[in-house]
Amino acid sequence: MALSTSIDTHAPTGPLRLSAIRLAWLAVLGATILLWVAGDRFAPWAVAYPRAWQIPAMQWISAVMEWLVRRAHFGLFTFTDLTRGLAAIIEVPYRAVLSLLSTGFRIGEGSNAIPILPPLSWIAVTVTAGLLGLYSGGRRLALFVSACFLYLAVFGQWQSAMVTLASILIAVPFGVAGGLMLGLAGYRWPAFERAMRPVLDLMQTVPVFAYLVPILFLFGFGPVSSVVATIVYAMPPMVRITILALRGVPAEIRDLGAMTGCTRRQLTWKILLPAARPGLMVGVNQVIMLSLNMVIIASMIGAGGLGFDVLAALRRLDIGAGIEAGVAIVVLAVALDRLSQAFAVDTETRSRLAALKRSAPLVERLPNLVTALAVILAAGVVGLFVAPVQSYPAAWNLTTGSFWENVVGWINVNYFDQIDAFKNMLLLNVLVPTKRFLGELPWLGIVAILALAGFALSGLRLAILCAVLSLLIAATGQWEKAMITVYLCGISVFFACLIGVPVAIFAASREGAWRIVQGVIDTLQTLPSFVYLIPVVMLFRVGDFTAILAVVAYAVAPVIRYTALGIRRVDPQLVEAGIVSGCTPFQILTKIKLKLALPEIVLGLNQTIMLSLSMVVITALVGTRDLGQEVYIALTKADVGRGIVAGLAVAFLAIIADRLLTAAAERLRFRFGLAPAVAA
Amino acid sequence: MAAAEAKLVCQSVWKVYGARDREVIALSGGAPDDATLAAARLIPAVRDVTLDVREGEIFVIMGLSGSGKSTLVRCMSRLVEPSAGRILFAGRDLLNATPREMIDIRRHRMGMVFQHFALLPHLSVLGNVAFPLEVQGIGHAARERRALDMIELVGLDGRENDYPNQLSGGQQQRVGIARSLAVEPELWFLDEPFSALDPLIRREMQDEFLRLQNTLRKTIVFITHDFDEAIRLADRIAIMKDGRIEQTGTPEDLVMRPATPYVAEFTRDVPKAKVLTVASIMQPGGVGEGTDTIRADAKIVAVAARLREATAPVAVVDAAGVRVGSVARDAVVDVLLRG
Repeated sequence: MALSTSIDTHAPTGPLRLSAIRLAWLAVLGATILLWVAGDRFAPWAVAYPRAWQIPAMQWISAVMEWLVRRAHFGLFTFTDLTRGLAAIIEVPYRAVLSLLSTGFRIGEGSNAIPILPPLSWIAVTVTAGLLGLYSGGRRLALFVSACFLYLAVFGQWQSAMVTLASILIAVPFGVAGGLMLGLAGYRWPAFERAMRPVLDLMQTVPVFAYLVPILFLFGFGPVSSVVATIVYAMPPMVRITILALRGVPAEIRDLGAMTGCTRRQLTWKILLPAARPGLMVGVNQVIMLSLNMVIIASMIGAGGLGFDVLAALRRLDIGAGIEAGVAIVVLAVALDRLSQAFAVDTETRSRLAALKRSAPLVERLPNLVTALAVILAAGVVGLFVAPVQSYPAAWNLTTGSFWENVVGWINVNYFDQIDAFKNMLLLNVLVPTKRFLGELPWLGIVAILALAGFALSGLRLAILCAVLSLLIAATGQWEKAMITVYLCGISVFFACLIGVPVAIFAASREGAWRIVQGVIDTLQTLPSFVYLIPVVMLFRVGDFTAILAVVAYAVAPVIRYTALGIRRVDPQLVEAGIVSGCTPFQILTKIKLKLALPEIVLGLNQTIMLSLSMVVITALVGTRDLGQEVYIALTKADVGRGIVAGLAVAFLAIIADRLLTAAAERLRFRFGLAPAVAA
Repeated sequence: MAAAEAKLVCQSVWKVYGARDREVIALSGGAPDDATLAAARLIPAVRDVTLDVREGEIFVIMGLSGSGKSTLVRCMSRLVEPSAGRILFAGRDLLNATPREMIDIRRHRMGMVFQHFALLPHLSVLGNVAFPLEVQGIGHAARERRALDMIELVGLDGRENDYPNQLSGGQQQRVGIARSLAVEPELWFLDEPFSALDPLIRREMQDEFLRLQNTLRKTIVFITHDFDEAIRLADRIAIMKDGRIEQTGTPEDLVMRPATPYVAEFTRDVPKAKVLTVASIMQPGGVGEGTDTIRADAKIVAVAARLREATAPVAVVDAAGVRVGSVARDAVVDVLLRG
């Protein structure tokens, strides 16, 4: 086997080996085609996976969950006690924050409740958010963030937005602290990190819906379980980033810790974590954005807030309300993103200022905090007597609902035929044939092709991984649905590249255009995936076409970013060498820039595939029939086994694609003599 | 200089990277050859290093990158665990010290300056310099007072509230020096402290370093890859290659009597006047004319200008001021012409 893995290192292996790989490809492809054409007659078991061979994984998982909830016992307490305890830990602060932002504090239950304190006034929250902006990023950010919150008040989204914000304010500290602890443990004990890595891989590739099913089962329907789902979903990147950031601390800084005689605890808290702070703040930003994404989706298990508004509007096909709530999500997302990024960028200036004023009175030292407290207090007191100060009066609300309805209506009246013709043309000529083709492919052939690709790109380990994962998809009875997912995802990725690569090529060499494109894709990537469904479903109704549009919009950003960065990173000397050798601009693009950017483009493609897989699952809401639908159905029936099996199938697809493409990118880099990729 | 007491002694120190390093070294009688190491898939970084650093001297370890000098200095402070050998610090074997004792020794008796400064970005100059004291648990006021003294010592007074990213490279390394001196270490490690600086600043920092050492009289282990820097600063130099020490001696020894071709290669282009002392060319017992005298331990380059006008030999005195010989202008010119 030593010989076969040596393909990595491009050792001179001779013509014999090369032809062996080629022969294998010919044999596998030939057999697959044969099975595809005539397999039904002589080997039907190789075309469609026989029912009799299926592993009853769904029943097993469901049984385990049943056992956990009904029987599992840890001596002093049961598993159910444990989940209830966890729920209580989250419930208490969640109730407090929710009362503070939205419902107000009360004594008693239901209609007998006596209000004792109103929630924070909308003015207080807006001003506080603005001051946070001022503190972290300066006047422009302050204005921007205040405007965002003002928008929420003026356009009647305040209540829902505060419910969503409360969930995030609870989920983020838990996610950050948990991720930090696990990351520290992983950094300290490499064995722990090795054990954690596959779990993290799975957690980041299992579709969001799949998280909801077991959590719904364990924690019931309601805001607490949605916060739990959010924490679990948002934590893995923090773990990874923590480990990376700690590893990134220069060796000299660690030596300094040892040389000054730090104890282990001092080394961690006084040296490593502060030195890793810029990296850690990136993780915090990630946790915030993922939490927002999840809180919106978790409205399906009772999160309430803006996500619920969108979901309800989608179900009613209420165009105006859906778009209004969607825009509110966007506004909240952008505000939170800018704020947390500002905190990440410039923590040093602030601690510097704080140090300078150490002896000054509180007002001078922390002017923003003092102002915020003053405004909260003043608005609270005045709000007791002047209602509009307490809560933004409904009479002053502006609504854009009817405007959006008119816009969509107008488009539908005037362009319905064109849109419909275009949609049908694509459906008939591209989508349906592809779907049918993929559905008819023999599973055995696909498994063999994936294994061989893994072997050719990396070696035996990858071959086994690809074969086992794809076999598991078939063996758990998910093959058919998985092929629909592959079809939706494949077509979306194709269109994303068709749009993304030319845009990237255009923008890469033009500074102004690149800035604009960067702004757009940055914003696209901050939006929760749910939001993408709203406009497309309004214009194109439900169906595969709609789903693909949403997926393309969601997943196009990475292919643009990586392609453009890849081109921009090409050594200018090489371009000059091309010019001097008399290349035409087209030759420089194709023979130098694109070629050298290829490894980066492949990585971008990989990211795009990951994003589109996660989005395809969400498009179950607009009526696709893939694995996502399977998870969604499981969610509505609280069928844990079904949900987890389908969710894992999506994760397996993602892992196969990710490993193959990463191996391909590494090979390309090696061939071009470029440094190996830094973990993104 | 009288042979002072040895502060730090390394005896047959080995550092070999790979699994079961100790075992392999022990099996081969404490001196594995290249073939043994290669067979065990071990990569040697420091091989059989024996040396002693004397109280109050500047001991320079010079070597090119990959020669093992950084690993060696990290073995001396046990930042890197040696595979074999003994490290005696003031007579005590550091390799037997418990982690708790090591923490104590490093807190109070060792200081280190790093090549890339290793300043903590989230602390001000004051915070960085006070950091080793903070780790020891010394109170706020006391450690800041001490830190301010150190900051003044390295000439950064007024910048104590600045942050590392507001300082130039030279200033950052002054902070690093002040920090390493804050605990009044007996043993001061400097790991290529000036390598990351521009040549002009480097020169200035070397002068500054010599000025400090004149008043502090620390025992110093100084790592560098720059031979000019080594001869400028060192009382004694150890030249390392492939993990071994090629030769240890005064700059004069190395230049005049290189032990190996490798050392000869290094020292060939060194201007002799920079390393030779007046003692090496004087006429012992000779009598100088006039009242002017020069010191026997001065470098020739430093006194050449004074001898330019001298028509007769000038008297040479030792550290105590006793006349020990004389030196003539021609002898100096000879050395200068040899290059």
